[in-house]
Amino acid sequence: MEQASKKQGFWKNHWMDVLAILAVIALVILLAVSVYTRFNFAKKWGIFYNYFVTNRGYKDLLTGMKNTALISVLGLLIGIVIGTVIAIIKVIPPYKKVTRYAQKVCNVYVAFFRGTPIVVQLLVGYYILLPLIGLSLPPVTSCMLIFGLNSGAYISEIMRGGINSVDAGQLEAARAVGLSFPVSMLKIVVPQAIKNILPTLGNEFIALIKETAIVGYVGAMDITKAFQDQGSNSYEYMIPYLVMALLYIVIVAVIAGLVKLMERRLAKNERRK
Amino acid sequence: MNAENKTPLIEVKGLVKRFGNLVVLNGIDETIHKGEKVSIIGPSGSGKSTFLRCLNCLEDADGGSIFFGGEDIADRKVDINKHRRHMGMVFQQFNLFHNKTVLENIMLAPVHLRIKDAGGLFASRATKAAIREEAKKEAMQLLRRIGLEDKANAYPSTLSGGQKQRIAIVRALAMNPQVLLFDEPTSALDPEMVGEVLDLIKELADEGMTMVIVTHEMGFAREVSDRILFMDGGVIAESAPPAELFGNPQNPRTKEFLSKVL
Repeated sequence: MEQASKKQGFWKNHWMDVLAILAVIALVILLAVSVYTRFNFAKKWGIFYNYFVTNRGYKDLLTGMKNTALISVLGLLIGIVIGTVIAIIKVIPPYKKVTRYAQKVCNVYVAFFRGTPIVVQLLVGYYILLPLIGLSLPPVTSCMLIFGLNSGAYISEIMRGGINSVDAGQLEAARAVGLSFPVSMLKIVVPQAIKNILPTLGNEFIALIKETAIVGYVGAMDITKAFQDQGSNSYEYMIPYLVMALLYIVIVAVIAGLVKLMERRLAKNERRK
Repeated sequence: MNAENKTPLIEVKGLVKRFGNLVVLNGIDETIHKGEKVSIIGPSGSGKSTFLRCLNCLEDADGGSIFFGGEDIADRKVDINKHRRHMGMVFQQFNLFHNKTVLENIMLAPVHLRIKDAGGLFASRATKAAIREEAKKEAMQLLRRIGLEDKANAYPSTLSGGQKQRIAIVRALAMNPQVLLFDEPTSALDPEMVGEVLDLIKELADEGMTMVIVTHEMGFAREVSDRILFMDGGVIAESAPPAELFGNPQNPRTKEFLSKVL
């Protein structure tokens, strides 16, 4: 009796939700069936499989994944170094003329890299600036460099926030025992700042991975380029592009999971302290 | 200390400090002698802490001069880091380095600066190791002295306030400073921990360390100091040995302040 009335209560409260869910499921099934029949999925899969496995298309993808990883990881590392340097310069008390000029240069740098699309930076950097200064680097190396310069501008702002979040007494104590400003920053303040901004840096890394999808513009092989090539070589785009999207989602999900894990670990550390 | 044998250690002349339009220190003349223990008392906002922080240039003076080690350290051109090594500072909030263990907190500055003196990056590995070994021995000795050698590898956040402050004091001592500056060393402590910190400071005072102490602990100031400075409105209103200042204050403002706090 009781249960029946509960059941009725459930229906009364949720019949619209259930109906909506059923409708969505029905729609998805309908769509899948129509797509399958209309696009001749089996044939497309055959073409994909043929190119990818039999014709060794996966080799491109492996190179692409390696390059995507290289560009984003090294880009991030270069970015952290540049970002830290800029952030430190920006927090120096501006007593000296040199400091003020350096800060102005940093402002221009950050404004440039945050104010132009990364594609534009890549094209200008690879086709104009690098040849202009006589550096002929392979596409992947150039991409690392340019992505590093770009993320340096973003990380400098993150790092500045991190440095400001460290108690001012830490710097004072370091200065009071006779350490110079740069040494105090590098040994005491920046390590604590990095700990504070680690999760944010993780998100920056994820953003960087997704942004590297454009390196095909300068002829570097990455995940996107590998699937694009496969599409244009086999005249069959649907499955390569869907797999490409799926691959990015998986990579990002894994890294986001790691970032979350790290965040929890850090929080635990804090509590134990 | 005996009054005949006075060598000046820190000489302050016409020290002025402003925060924006607010004049915090309005022309201070004061000489701290070697071996002297000076306590600074006064109402809040009188400039006590600012004066102390000016002594090792944590606050830059806006006027006047501070002579220490034969140089005017209020002059921005002087390498202040060289002089700060000889002035230990103890903060109200302890300010132990959160990212370093207790031992590293004490060793950091001595190791870094001695390696720098030995040639920095060019110092040989053996020299660096020797410096580190020696600094570690000294640090452990200091920790043993305050009975905290078992905390050597602990992080500061696991310690009590009293332990943190005692470690902060030996961290300053590790540089063998000529003078220790205390900025309200017990104000942030739970009452039951004040004693252990004051005992340590007293011990150092008895060993002849020169000290400048900003404090609200009147009993302690009376007991440990050779001289008490009463500050009010950015100037030193009265300076006298504790018996005189507490027993028979000359300045009406001193009288008023003491009547409130004693």
